[in-house]
Amino acid sequence: MSASIGVIVFPGTNCEHDAVGAVDALGGEGRLIFHTDTSLGQLDGLILPGGFAHGDYLRPGAIARFSPIMEAVRTFAEAGGPVVGICNGFQVLCEAHLLPGALQKNRGLTFLCQPSELEVVSTSSVLTSSATVGQRLSVPINHFSGSYTCDLDTLSQLESQDRIMLRYVDNPNGSIDSIAGISNEAGNVVGLMPHPERAVSSLLGSEDGAVLLRSFLGAAAAATVG
Amino acid sequence: MAASSSPDQPLHRALGLTDTELEDIISVLGREPNPLELALYGVMWSEHCSYKSSRIHLKRLPTTGDKVLVGPGENAGVIDAGDGIAIAIRIESHNHPSAIEPYQGAATGVGGILRDIFTMGARPLAVMDPLFFGTPDDARQRWLIEGVVSGISGYGNSVGVPTIGGELTFDPCYQTNPLVNVLCVGALPVERLVLGIASGTGNLAVLLGSATGRDGIGGVSVLASAGFEGEDGAASLDESKRPATQVGDPYEEKRLIEACLALLDEKLVVGIQDLGGGGLACGTSELAARGRVGMDVDVDAIPRREPGMEPWEVMTSESQERMLAIVTPDSLPMVIELCGRWEVAATVIGRVTEPDYDEAGEPVGMLRLHAGGAVVGEVPAASLADEAPLYERPLVEPANRAARAAIDPSASVEDIDIADALLSLLLDPIPVYRQYDHQLFLNTVIGPGADAALLRLAGPGLPASSRGMSLSTDSNPRWGSLDPRAATAATVAEGVANLACTGAVPEAVVNCLNFGNPEHPEVMWQLSESIDGMADACRALGLPVIGGNVSLYNESGGSDIDPTAVIGTLGLVEHLVERPPSVGWSEGETVLLLGADDAGLLGGSQLAVDYLNNRDGRLFDLDLAEFATTAALVAGMVAEHAAGRPGLLGSVHDVGSGGMVVALAEMAIAGDVGATVSTGVSTAGLFSERPGRFLVTSTDPEAVAAQAEIAGVPCRVLGHTGGDSLVLVGQLDLAVSTLAQRSATALESALDAAG
Repeated sequence: MSASIGVIVFPGTNCEHDAVGAVDALGGEGRLIFHTDTSLGQLDGLILPGGFAHGDYLRPGAIARFSPIMEAVRTFAEAGGPVVGICNGFQVLCEAHLLPGALQKNRGLTFLCQPSELEVVSTSSVLTSSATVGQRLSVPINHFSGSYTCDLDTLSQLESQDRIMLRYVDNPNGSIDSIAGISNEAGNVVGLMPHPERAVSSLLGSEDGAVLLRSFLGAAAAATVG
Repeated sequence: MAASSSPDQPLHRALGLTDTELEDIISVLGREPNPLELALYGVMWSEHCSYKSSRIHLKRLPTTGDKVLVGPGENAGVIDAGDGIAIAIRIESHNHPSAIEPYQGAATGVGGILRDIFTMGARPLAVMDPLFFGTPDDARQRWLIEGVVSGISGYGNSVGVPTIGGELTFDPCYQTNPLVNVLCVGALPVERLVLGIASGTGNLAVLLGSATGRDGIGGVSVLASAGFEGEDGAASLDESKRPATQVGDPYEEKRLIEACLALLDEKLVVGIQDLGGGGLACGTSELAARGRVGMDVDVDAIPRREPGMEPWEVMTSESQERMLAIVTPDSLPMVIELCGRWEVAATVIGRVTEPDYDEAGEPVGMLRLHAGGAVVGEVPAASLADEAPLYERPLVEPANRAARAAIDPSASVEDIDIADALLSLLLDPIPVYRQYDHQLFLNTVIGPGADAALLRLAGPGLPASSRGMSLSTDSNPRWGSLDPRAATAATVAEGVANLACTGAVPEAVVNCLNFGNPEHPEVMWQLSESIDGMADACRALGLPVIGGNVSLYNESGGSDIDPTAVIGTLGLVEHLVERPPSVGWSEGETVLLLGADDAGLLGGSQLAVDYLNNRDGRLFDLDLAEFATTAALVAGMVAEHAAGRPGLLGSVHDVGSGGMVVALAEMAIAGDVGATVSTGVSTAGLFSERPGRFLVTSTDPEAVAAQAEIAGVPCRVLGHTGGDSLVLVGQLDLAVSTLAQRSATALESALDAAG
């Protein structure tokens, strides 16, 4: 059974069509959900895609966390539903405290759009369950504020609870501990700065993002939240 | 303030109008214009809006073709790409705003061109930015470069349109007058094509988007249609012009794009026009003039950012992120509701009226402005939009041309240090390109930095297609300075050559002509010659010119820039399912040169200008028929790979700026593999730049040679790839790592040296 995936659209989101396209190409069914909605309907999983929600004129994600749809996102996540925040979506999940920490401006203070080499650190999340620990994945990054940071207690908690999912091989943005993606304690909510939806076709240069999104679609198809 | 009169400067002159132009206005109206009306003419009869110096020359360009749906004169040119998809394309300059306020100047340049594209019903899919700066050896250049690049990045990335390429040129002629051009391409289902025409008496003019402020007043007249003065010509000395630049808001633009495309999908608008240069004066008069109708505008209804704005300020403000839609009264509630979903303001500010009729019975649509319960301005819309005076300005060939042609840099190169020269010419612009989102929409097969960009022809709401779309922007002021006619023809060819490297068949071009002060007869000669060169090449290569922009008055301190004709070339790949060969070669391949050797003339070459500091000489001769055959052969070979059929090529690269030796070095760097080749040419021949030569690699060189022979294209085996060094037997031996290191760090070290 193909997984039905909601892709949240805030005003200023710009990767929503790409996320739906990647989900559809991998056998799922993506559909757009507008930020003013207050319920999700029947869904197996949620993607918060990249972009600049509400213009990101304040901290990225700081306004989006107050959007009407976010209450439904929280309920879905707390019920164990698979949720992945990509780039701006990761920033929104941090601002909404569904994930710990924050994303700061890149080291070097410029926007970076380039390939990045990732290493899978843990498979205990909905995004990495079909990968193998130590696997290298080439997935592009595209952000200005992608340098992950958190306090040292949180960092040791993330490490001890096996919640660091992905690390950069050569840390392009200055993230603490080279972190590219993390999960919540249950592993059903994941945030990452790289864009797996941009790496699902050899025509565009890499299929490695499909490894992550297939895990996610699999977890969504198996989920019983509704 | 820009538009105040004084005893020694009457109002019309302060608005950029000449005494003769004032007399023309009086004769159109049959009376003296009031200050508001004069302000409308000041904007619409500016060089920037009216093309009054260039229009008689632009008529010589070929503009029609089988696939052309919309040619020049509309907001964008449109071609039929097949599969029910049309492609809209436009190029513009935002030079003077960027010289004064680089971040906002470049950002609003992106915003403006996006509106031109979605005005046609197309979703903007990609942007390219050709940039021209002075040599990066002073702090001001660094400020300009960083500001412009972060403006493009900041606006383009957030608004959600990928920036897939452009150019980065450094030359002292741009020291005080940088050029910031921007090209945008979009696609639409053919049936959604809309034009900026008002029709239907009683229909409503609805202003969408931002409130109107005092930013950008006089942008097209005071700023874009005059040179920079200042004692040393430095733009910083024209601080008083800063209020004439606009400020951009990509978040507003993003919502405006989504709202407008939804309005067009729902067929809720009759006509739509973006408000850019010239603001509401331009938008209202162009909509009405194209429909041959009148328009009543309630100036008081226009939402403002600040109190106390005069009607002339409201009508000429260039506040960004605004569109003017014509809708039927019945659709208005749905328009307002749909805009509300995207948090876009929609305000009725006027309505379409019956035209008056002149003595000959011709319709004369009147633009009537109402404020404070009275008519405060009333002029024929077409007199603003279409009837600016046309100037046939004097042309003079520069007196020193023959003398310059006689100083041939080719004679003095046989004893130069080839390695030193090559290293000095290598520069990878990746530190700029990585600041641009070049991947959004999952279409980018080849992004910035290659010969041409290659995209899948796909996007939200488009019919399915396996076609690809290839784009290149090209220009060469070094060539242009020597011979603007031959240079522009060769620039068109260079675009076609770049497209061939992606397997694309060229379909159309757009142009942005950046020149100096048209009141200088030598500049007008350059412009006229350049247009003729473009026309020659486009006719020879069967390419229609479907849009363009002319940017004049690129001068400062009395010194004009070198002629800079930027050509944007659009092509199609019939079937794009696999990545075509790239610039980088691999181990164990044979290196071949396709195309006739050139004569080794170095006039205008990068070596002569940037390394030998010799700006003189004679430009190469280009046989366009021979060129076309070679480009078509290469495009055909590459297209086989793109279509997923077995092909012959391992890599492909056009010989361009810097000549054959730079092209070989770039292939070695991209592949991280060396080669040993015998070039068969002299030192001059290593660096000469005539388009129409391609370096390819293959593991089946006999088959490549056989295809070339059938096509009648000269083909020569140069050598073989492998090892860690690029060896040109008897000429050069350099480690690939040395080449790569220099190329990767050249831009940053040049900028760092500026301190």
